[in-house]
Amino acid sequence: MHFMPKKQIGLYDTAFEKESCGVGFIAHIKGQASRKIISDAAIILENMDHRGARGAEHNTGDGAGILTGLPDAFLRRIAQKEFNQELPVSGKYAVGIVFLPVDNIAKRHCMNKVEQICNTEKQKIIGWRDLPTQPLEANLGPTAIESMPHMMQLFIASKEDIDQEEFERRLYLIRKQSSNNLQNDPILKQAESFYICTLSSKVIVYKGMLTNEQLFNFFSDLKEEDYISHMAMIHSRFSTNTFPSWDRAMPNRFMSHNGEINTIKGNINWMHAREGSLQSDLFGSSISKLLPVIETNCSDSGNFDNVLEFLSLTGRPIQEAVLMMIPEAWQKKKTLSEARKSFYEYQSTIMEPWDGPASVVFTNGDAIGAVLDRNGLRPSRYYITTDQRVIMASEVGVLPLGNKQIAKKGRLEPGKIFLIDFKQGKLLSDNEVKKPLINAHPYRHWLDENRVKLKDISTDRSPRRYSQELLISKLCSFGYTSETLEFMLKPMVHDLRDPLGSMGNDSPLAVLSDKPRMLSDYFKQMFAQVSNPSIDSIREKIIMSLECYIGPEQNLLSVTEKHAKRLFIENPIITYQDIDAIKNIDHYGFQTEVIDITFDVSSSSKENLEQTLDRACQEAERAIENGSSFIVLSDRASNQNQAAVSSLLACGAVHHHLVNIAKRTQVGIIIETGEAREVHHHCLLLGYGADAIYPYLAYEAILTAKDEGHLHHSHFHPGPENRIPLTDDHSVIRAYRQASVKGILKVMGKMGISTLHSYKGAQIFEALGLSNEVVNKCFKGTTNRISGVGFETLQTEIIRRHRLGWPLQTQEKNKRLPNIGDFHWRRAGEKHVWNPETIWSLQKAARTNDLSAYQQFAQHANAQAEESCTLRGLLKFKQIKEKKQLKINEIESANEIVKRFSTGAMSFGSISSEAHETLAIAMNRIGAKSNSGEGGESRERFQPMPNGDLKSSAIKQIASGRFGVTATYVANAKQLQIKIAQGAKPGEGGELPGKKVDAKIASTRNSTPGVGLISPPPHHDVYSIEDLSQLIFDLKNANPDAEISVKLVSEAGVGTIAAGVVKAHADHIVISGDVGGTGASPLTSIKHAGLPWELGVAEVQQTLILNNLRDRVKIQTDGGIKTGRDVIIAGLLGADEIAFSTAPLITLGCIMMRKCHMNTCPVGIATQDPLLREKFTGQPEHVINYLFMIAEEARLIMARLGIKTFDELIGRVDFLEENNAIDHWKAKKLDLSSLLVPPQQLRENVAIRSTTQQQHGIDKVLDRKLIKLFHKALHNKEQVSVDLPIVNTDRTTGAMLSHEVVKKWGEDGLPDNTININFQGSAGQSFASFLVPGINMKLIGDCNDYIGKGLSGGRVIVVPPEDRLFKAENNILIGNVAMYGATSGWGFYRGKAAERFCVRNSGAYAVVEGVGDHGCEYMTGGRVVVLGKTGVNFAAGMSGGIAYVLDQEQDFSPNCNTGMVEIEPLEDEESIAELLRLLEMHQRYTNSEVARDLLDGWPEVLTQFVKVMPLDYKRVLQERKDHNEEIESIFETNDRILQ
Amino acid sequence: MGKPTGFLEFPRQRNPLRDKHERVLDYYEIYTPPNKKHLMLQGSRCMDCGVPFCGSEHGCPIGNLIPEWNDLIHEGRWQDALDLLSETNNFPEFTGRVCPAPCEGSCVLGINEPAVTIKDIENSIIDIGFEKGWVQSKQPSFRTGRSIAIIGSGPAGLTAADQLNQAGHQVTVFEREDRVGGLLMYGIPNMKLSKSLINRRIELLEDSGITFKTNTDVGVDVDCQEITKKFDAILLATGSTVPHDLSIPGRELDGIYFAMEFLTQHTKSLLNNALSDNTYINTNNKNVIVIGGGDTGTDCIATAIRQGCKSIVNIELLPKPPQQRDENNPWPLWPNILRTDYGHEEAIAIFEDDPRVYETSSNYFIDNGNGEVLGLESQSVTWNKKNGQWSMKQIKGTETRWAADIVLLAMGFLGPEKDLPEKFGVDLNEQANIAASYGTFATNKAGIFSAGDCRRGQSLVVWAMNEGRGAALAVDAFLQGKK
Repeated sequence: MHFMPKKQIGLYDTAFEKESCGVGFIAHIKGQASRKIISDAAIILENMDHRGARGAEHNTGDGAGILTGLPDAFLRRIAQKEFNQELPVSGKYAVGIVFLPVDNIAKRHCMNKVEQICNTEKQKIIGWRDLPTQPLEANLGPTAIESMPHMMQLFIASKEDIDQEEFERRLYLIRKQSSNNLQNDPILKQAESFYICTLSSKVIVYKGMLTNEQLFNFFSDLKEEDYISHMAMIHSRFSTNTFPSWDRAMPNRFMSHNGEINTIKGNINWMHAREGSLQSDLFGSSISKLLPVIETNCSDSGNFDNVLEFLSLTGRPIQEAVLMMIPEAWQKKKTLSEARKSFYEYQSTIMEPWDGPASVVFTNGDAIGAVLDRNGLRPSRYYITTDQRVIMASEVGVLPLGNKQIAKKGRLEPGKIFLIDFKQGKLLSDNEVKKPLINAHPYRHWLDENRVKLKDISTDRSPRRYSQELLISKLCSFGYTSETLEFMLKPMVHDLRDPLGSMGNDSPLAVLSDKPRMLSDYFKQMFAQVSNPSIDSIREKIIMSLECYIGPEQNLLSVTEKHAKRLFIENPIITYQDIDAIKNIDHYGFQTEVIDITFDVSSSSKENLEQTLDRACQEAERAIENGSSFIVLSDRASNQNQAAVSSLLACGAVHHHLVNIAKRTQVGIIIETGEAREVHHHCLLLGYGADAIYPYLAYEAILTAKDEGHLHHSHFHPGPENRIPLTDDHSVIRAYRQASVKGILKVMGKMGISTLHSYKGAQIFEALGLSNEVVNKCFKGTTNRISGVGFETLQTEIIRRHRLGWPLQTQEKNKRLPNIGDFHWRRAGEKHVWNPETIWSLQKAARTNDLSAYQQFAQHANAQAEESCTLRGLLKFKQIKEKKQLKINEIESANEIVKRFSTGAMSFGSISSEAHETLAIAMNRIGAKSNSGEGGESRERFQPMPNGDLKSSAIKQIASGRFGVTATYVANAKQLQIKIAQGAKPGEGGELPGKKVDAKIASTRNSTPGVGLISPPPHHDVYSIEDLSQLIFDLKNANPDAEISVKLVSEAGVGTIAAGVVKAHADHIVISGDVGGTGASPLTSIKHAGLPWELGVAEVQQTLILNNLRDRVKIQTDGGIKTGRDVIIAGLLGADEIAFSTAPLITLGCIMMRKCHMNTCPVGIATQDPLLREKFTGQPEHVINYLFMIAEEARLIMARLGIKTFDELIGRVDFLEENNAIDHWKAKKLDLSSLLVPPQQLRENVAIRSTTQQQHGIDKVLDRKLIKLFHKALHNKEQVSVDLPIVNTDRTTGAMLSHEVVKKWGEDGLPDNTININFQGSAGQSFASFLVPGINMKLIGDCNDYIGKGLSGGRVIVVPPEDRLFKAENNILIGNVAMYGATSGWGFYRGKAAERFCVRNSGAYAVVEGVGDHGCEYMTGGRVVVLGKTGVNFAAGMSGGIAYVLDQEQDFSPNCNTGMVEIEPLEDEESIAELLRLLEMHQRYTNSEVARDLLDGWPEVLTQFVKVMPLDYKRVLQERKDHNEEIESIFETNDRILQ
Repeated sequence: MGKPTGFLEFPRQRNPLRDKHERVLDYYEIYTPPNKKHLMLQGSRCMDCGVPFCGSEHGCPIGNLIPEWNDLIHEGRWQDALDLLSETNNFPEFTGRVCPAPCEGSCVLGINEPAVTIKDIENSIIDIGFEKGWVQSKQPSFRTGRSIAIIGSGPAGLTAADQLNQAGHQVTVFEREDRVGGLLMYGIPNMKLSKSLINRRIELLEDSGITFKTNTDVGVDVDCQEITKKFDAILLATGSTVPHDLSIPGRELDGIYFAMEFLTQHTKSLLNNALSDNTYINTNNKNVIVIGGGDTGTDCIATAIRQGCKSIVNIELLPKPPQQRDENNPWPLWPNILRTDYGHEEAIAIFEDDPRVYETSSNYFIDNGNGEVLGLESQSVTWNKKNGQWSMKQIKGTETRWAADIVLLAMGFLGPEKDLPEKFGVDLNEQANIAASYGTFATNKAGIFSAGDCRRGQSLVVWAMNEGRGAALAVDAFLQGKK
């Protein structure tokens, strides 16, 4: 039997598995079946091969498949041959492929079961056909062959008296019952190997664990000439692991999916909860046979398919079901019709969206369609041909077509759908699909008549306020400290946002703390990385929504007016007036029950914590039985004798109890609590099922602060738009709610979730240190890898906290809030690893190179680690026999060890140039690596200094902002690090306020001094794993000598992500821990996002070993590493390399001020203030001294362990053991065994450290040819022009050529027009990336995503073919995310661009004839001319540069996000001149008709233009008054180009 | 945190002392009244450090919540600041005046800028508190019925008394002098710490239920056995009172006194009858030499100046400290730098010359022939570090003679007087201090505790208070266990 891991081993869990894919279809609009559809599908599949992936074996794919209509003629011939039978007429029989166990007895058992169920459902088995497969001919890899199921094709005939739709329903019953039965059948050893691909009279799926090219060779059926179809859906899978899985290949039965569902846990739970109230006219009592709707052991897409199947077979049109599950962003779009909004709003009363990036292709055989998620996060391009075919795929150019064959080119827009209805023979546009659905019922009327808006029923009463004494008792008992007020609540009302902090978190995990910690501290927020993009909840708020219907839901399967009778709330953080209304809601036809969640703490108490939870669950159940529509879980009754069970525990327990008994959707859960006050608390409650939260104590606290005159406006965010005068109770509460809401949106955005409706109950958290008993009762399904404290300890913590408010002896009563030093160190407070002792002993050691001082430091730091602060403190080295120990001189030298060290990514910008350069010099001197961070690096630093020192960082980071990421920057790196996430704020972007952007920072970041800069949360060219693979490919082309590193943050599932990253060909992976320091980050993120690196490294190591992928990648870790002990533990857990950030800064003088975000660092490190920078006293020697002392400490430990070289210790967890000596009331319950699973237990005979190189596949790229062709141009600057064909598999064309230019000639490149290439065809992704001056690339044809990425001075032109049939300006020409991070250069596109054109452009000039959504987002420089329509959210976060938009129909304004820009008429001379020149150039280069017409109408046409001007930029330009000169100099250059 | 940029905007400025020429004419305090506006700006210089070293072991021994009250002051919330200050500090009016402020030495701002004026702020908080009438005696809400004898009413004893009383125990403080306060009362002159402040505090403590028995020398006036029997616990807080002597020829001459004799007699007379009884050592119109460069030396200088001395010289064996920290004395250690204290300032103002001479050892006292001191011969020394040990060498030919009618020896203290520990059967340690470890404060005798300089050796008032608080906790725990 081939290797196959258990569901869970060590830290690995199959639940983390992610996948992403290439997806597409080809169909004939009129439904004409042909062989050509099938053969073209084969070609498309082959041309999308690069979107799929392979595991450790080159010939074992992750999965490929095809769905077609039933090939009647072929099946008829087969049936004749196999069963000697004539099949019934089409529609009266069904055929499907079934995966069965290989074992004969088991197989027969399954077949019997299916037959038996078929009989019960009164359908007739025609026969079973052994499906011919050709594993050897198809060259399947050993893993695929060994895990291959037995495949049979089942033929079923319909009972005569039913129609085809009824037959389909019977088939559904047969499939569902067979699967439910057999997948839980104890007789089957390989239970999972029973799987029905499809069972339908309309469609059939062939799929398996194959590569794209293997599919047709493997299934010989597909090659039969009479196998014809009117449509074919194809799918190519990229999974993050390499484990064999035949059934997870796609297409599924009704759909294929490219993307990820972020809210899957919630969706599954909600679906389960709804099962209690299902009623179907079509199925009657049989409906229960279909349960559970969602099958276990499915992928996320499989779950989605389950529900889509269910909704569509129970009577909804498939397109309506799809729109219910993936609605467009309707809440905030100004351009949407009222009717459409009503439709969606009504649907939202029935079901939550399945949220996440998605390009879904769906079919039921009668129609095929595609839909894109609300934010357009996956590419979906299509052609309509003159012969009535539609070809839709993740890429263009996948099927070669003549120019005369293409009638239209288009793309699926965000939230849009299209459908080919074969019966009508029509392609239906988004409008045409939606219109009949929208008009099917009077939705608006239904809503208006039935829904109750909380806003409308809020009362005008005010709560009775607590006395000062009672308030202090309450606050203390709920764990409030003075820091809660100072660092959390006050900043929230002052700044209207989740407060900022800096320098990471160095206090203990909740489970290691001596203090009674809040339950919420045991939870860490999950975040999106790689397989899924996070969302910018501020700049892209147009897709975000917190609005929800709450209260009893109706039957999922019917559509009635009554469905709309729910309570509508706009904001889940409700006020007293709101909860007062809910408690007294009787007269609106609802009913509310308040359930007390406090328990008696006196010694005579009859109820403990757990019993209280049980009571609450029972009371909730009874309330529903008694007709309650809402339950309020309230801890308001807490007092001297009654302690509150954490509201989070209560919420989770009740929610899960009601899900279990399938009654959750019959009631709304409101939390009335003193516990919740921070954004993290609110998110947890919502994530575990709360519908609304009334945080009464937080309100009391801030109102009291107001009454006492402690509220004022912030020093740092005086923006007038944010000002709320904090003079009355109402405005204080409003400010707090606004801040909470902003924070909640941000946390949702971190995971890529855009609606609260989906976030609710989605459990996007990882628990750390709770017992499984607690998790199973209250947080079921939450990842909890290190189990720990149970109800008993939680109760102790609750009572201890309770006693802070109500001590047993009244004289101990607090008169004010205590300060436990959670954020800032306090002597008697919470422990911090960085405390006066560690800081000062480290500084002493580094400055004096005094080993005894270092030992003092290491002793302190290691003791802190052991005492409480870190997981590694709970581990110890095994005692090795003395004779096996080594002498210190036998150990690898410190010189060698320090080469494994690097500094963490800290940008110039977040720290001063002095600090940044000192680190670089230090690391270069000792052969270690410094990391540039994301702020770019000035080119002067690339040259060595006279004394031989080098200020260039060996690691150059590529972050989402792409600041200063030019071809030259990329060329001057030994390692290119793609920062997916950072420890202190994973899943978030960043902001550098304008006042911090001085001239030097601006020049290294290619921006304007004084203009603020925003880093987006995601890389806009990495929305999925195959996108990352593309970015790695891009960078490897742009600098073939550099290692490509990917930086991830530790969280559950990071191992699986890492496996995907290795398959995407990364050479190096960084696993960052959660404690990382940072310039500025929301405190919520610093404290509650990400996990310790120990877990991350161990999980990655284990997962890579399980997948046999460890050999080809180096692993680095960072996050609070300080001592040689830390270094060795990291190595033993699996790290090849170690990075340090905070500790080196401390050697340079940092004293953990935690003021980086305020620019007031008093020691000149984290500041740009010139006066403060003068105070910097760090020296490279300080860093070097420290690193060498660490290495020496490491060597001592190696000698003790008897290990000579670092290489030999990597992954040797057998040298570690749990330190049982630790006696901590909480920590002793921790189980760390999952961390210490020895490699051989995971998988034998595989590498456990980096031993080989990645194969990047850049040997045969087109650029190799270009470099040869342009040899003379490259070396002698001779002008050369060449014509070449290009296809979509030619990716990243131009980058390697540009690299050669930069290497030879530097940043300025070649003289203009030296290299001229005219391509024809469909270019692959990242065409013209990093193109440098002197290279012109013209493409006649069309182009995929990421054209002009990182453009660095070159010129790119795309035009449609001259002999086309369509109008250029109406058609989609280039794909998504064009010119992302361009820094200079030119782009001219005669046609439309898709989503996110010129995102983060900082200096390039571009002309295009229409753009999709989010155009010019985060732009900081350059010019963009749009000669056509734009999508929504144009110019969001745009702080610099100018866009000129042709607004002939004056409908641009609602599409523009005016958060940072204003729309002006085009009146000033400079702009007019600039636009005119750009138009002339565009016309000249592309022969554009639009441009010609405009030029002909000049200057009258000027009134049709608007100018989009960033406010910040405008201010700065006016200040500088040299706008004119700037333009002149740019055009001078370009005029030379023109000549 | 005050104002985040406060430290960049406002320079450090101490609350000014009274004019030098004016203040030497009386024995009133040398301070000017607090200026709220000024202090608010000074408070805003606090950087609200992520790791406030002022609260570390290098900083404030009693863990004053310095960043917190700095912020409150900046916001003008004086009463809140007082509440917070009182949580950690029983007698801020004492520390605010006499503490050398290690907090300022470890202030993070002090790395490269003058530190926050923490001490001034502390002092003003309490002064304003008294002025506004916010400081009131507090009765404990209940009584435990346990009784404690505290022997010694210096800062350690008073602090422990206050803490234990608040915990509900019945506290009796024994003091052999006629006034309560120990070193605070007689060791520190009135102009530095006004005795009215001590009396005001003692009244508050009495009001809150503490009994003070003055003129009661335990072991002499009261039997130790009796005390042991009568009280549930005993705390020895007798201070370090045995002075360091100077055994050189001529030591026996008249006119040579220990600093404490001089200061005590002076203050007693001042308080009793405004110096009219002439029962104190009077330096009026005399040449005075003070040997020892510490705080007590300064106090002697300031007192002598006020008495009207003719000249004053202050002899110090150690080298003159540098103006700035040197390499071996980095932040956050106590900065060993040249400080010109109020007494020195006054001497410089009056005599237009700095009285301090450094690196000077005393050879012998010169006899005037009548058994009275006439002067002192001194000799310069150099200090060398060898194998990590400092050693001193006299320089030949540097002998100097100084005229002196009165010599005051202010060279520190050796430890507690031994009689009392002996009578209680309490062991001493190698340093001749009472043997009790820090934290438990328990002596070898069950129920007998010790705190302050008698346990620790001579130290700061604020350390005595730290020990007083610590010992109170220990005693309280002991009494609870005794139930």
